[in-house]
Amino acid sequence: MHKRSNEPFLWLLFSAGGVVSAMLLPIHLLLFGLAFPLGWLDGPGYEKLLDIVRHPVTRVYLFVLCSLPLFHWAHRFRFTLYDGLQIKHLNELINILCYGGAVLGTVLAAYLLWSIP
Amino acid sequence: MANRITLDVTRYNPARDEKPQLESFEVPLRKEWVVLDALNYIKDHLDGSLTFRWSCRMGVCGSCGMTVNGVPKLTCATFLSDYAPGPVRIEPMKNFPVLRDLVVDTSDFLVKLAKSKPWIVRKVEKPLDEEYFQTPEQLEAYKQFSMCINCMLCYAACPVYGLDPLFSGPAAIALAQRYNLDSRDQGASERMDILSQHDGIWGCTFVGECTQVCPKKVDPAGAIQQYKLTATMEWVKSLVLPRGAE
Amino acid sequence: MTNPTEYLPKSYHVRLSTYWWLTRWPYLKFILREGSAVFVAWAVIVTLLQIHALTLGPADYAEFQNWLRNPLVLALNLVSLLFIIFHAVTWFNLAPKAMAVRLHGKRLPNLAIAAPNYVAWAVVSAAVAWILLRG
Repeated sequence: MHKRSNEPFLWLLFSAGGVVSAMLLPIHLLLFGLAFPLGWLDGPGYEKLLDIVRHPVTRVYLFVLCSLPLFHWAHRFRFTLYDGLQIKHLNELINILCYGGAVLGTVLAAYLLWSIP
Repeated sequence: MANRITLDVTRYNPARDEKPQLESFEVPLRKEWVVLDALNYIKDHLDGSLTFRWSCRMGVCGSCGMTVNGVPKLTCATFLSDYAPGPVRIEPMKNFPVLRDLVVDTSDFLVKLAKSKPWIVRKVEKPLDEEYFQTPEQLEAYKQFSMCINCMLCYAACPVYGLDPLFSGPAAIALAQRYNLDSRDQGASERMDILSQHDGIWGCTFVGECTQVCPKKVDPAGAIQQYKLTATMEWVKSLVLPRGAE
Repeated sequence: MTNPTEYLPKSYHVRLSTYWWLTRWPYLKFILREGSAVFVAWAVIVTLLQIHALTLGPADYAEFQNWLRNPLVLALNLVSLLFIIFHAVTWFNLAPKAMAVRLHGKRLPNLAIAAPNYVAWAVVSAAVAWILLRG
């Protein structure tokens, strides 16, 4: 009999990342990427933003916001490359680059959020 | 409406041709005709060697699947006048090897279907004089997936199947679900071992075209996503609970 | 069937074109949907850059704000936002397919699962905006 794949773990990460990306990234990118730089709305100043970000709850929130969407990207990108490139040995490389990239981003996020003064 | 329409039909004779080519035929355009009628007209009056599969001509046997203007269709359920003024391109179903003209080799599907164990699996058989009772709710749980007529249009529409020949495919997985959800069946765990693999449910990327082309509204894409969710819950359970507590 | 025999002549194997996704709109829409993941990753990168700038101090943060105002960056962020919204909409519309929720034996319509997701999206977005804008 075949042993069941461990793919469900990756699918869970992909799904969680999909939910976080869908729910939270639009408003974040709208405000920080467009509205504040273009002056459509007044963003919090440096001090106020630092105050919000250094709060432990915000750090955890930001960690989730940065980590899970990366795993969502990794899973989707892996399948897009797999269906596009399709060669056995490249599959391992694709997996390492994609999930490895997500892990790297997660570690980076953890480090950055830990180091906030 | 004009009273003639041109059909560009794939011709391929393996003994003679290097590769398939399109051949044009002009047929009457009758209001009530389906594409299958036009193909039969060609075979009866224009070129008797045109080879294609069909049987019930009413959308229940699953024999007449072909590619009409790039879209997988049952030719007995596709009105010719929808394509007026034409021309209409008729090719064999995609993603299957072509045997002759519009006929494809579907044996790969049959192998994959058998892999799904599409029958009632029992750990303990009931004696012959005891029947299985099933409420309307229990029937409702799997009925949609039981409507599959094995026409393979979903395989023709699925790019994953086209790209990865090892992929089990929409119908085989939907039919596995049909039995998993049947209250009489006890084979869900066996099927899960076989299908919770990369060439099973995890190869699917939810393109969703299989559901769009299905003539019986089986929704194989939905079946596969539900199966993924079930597989994931089973996986979590296997981490948290000992394997023996099944 | 790939081995010709006396009775079974060779069959013709059609190779799927590298550009299969351009042949039909549903396939293109699928690839765009999958492609939105790249812009999701970009949004995370921008967020990480922002956190980093915040950590370094007000001068670096001001410089980061200026960089955000660069027309190329603005254009990229606008395109990213559109793709991320596309991701959100396709995600909420597809989520119901994975869940066969039954009430009294009848399956709930897709909207019954999708609608609460959209409501949650609006509520959560409003909450984030409120925290950042209340000054």
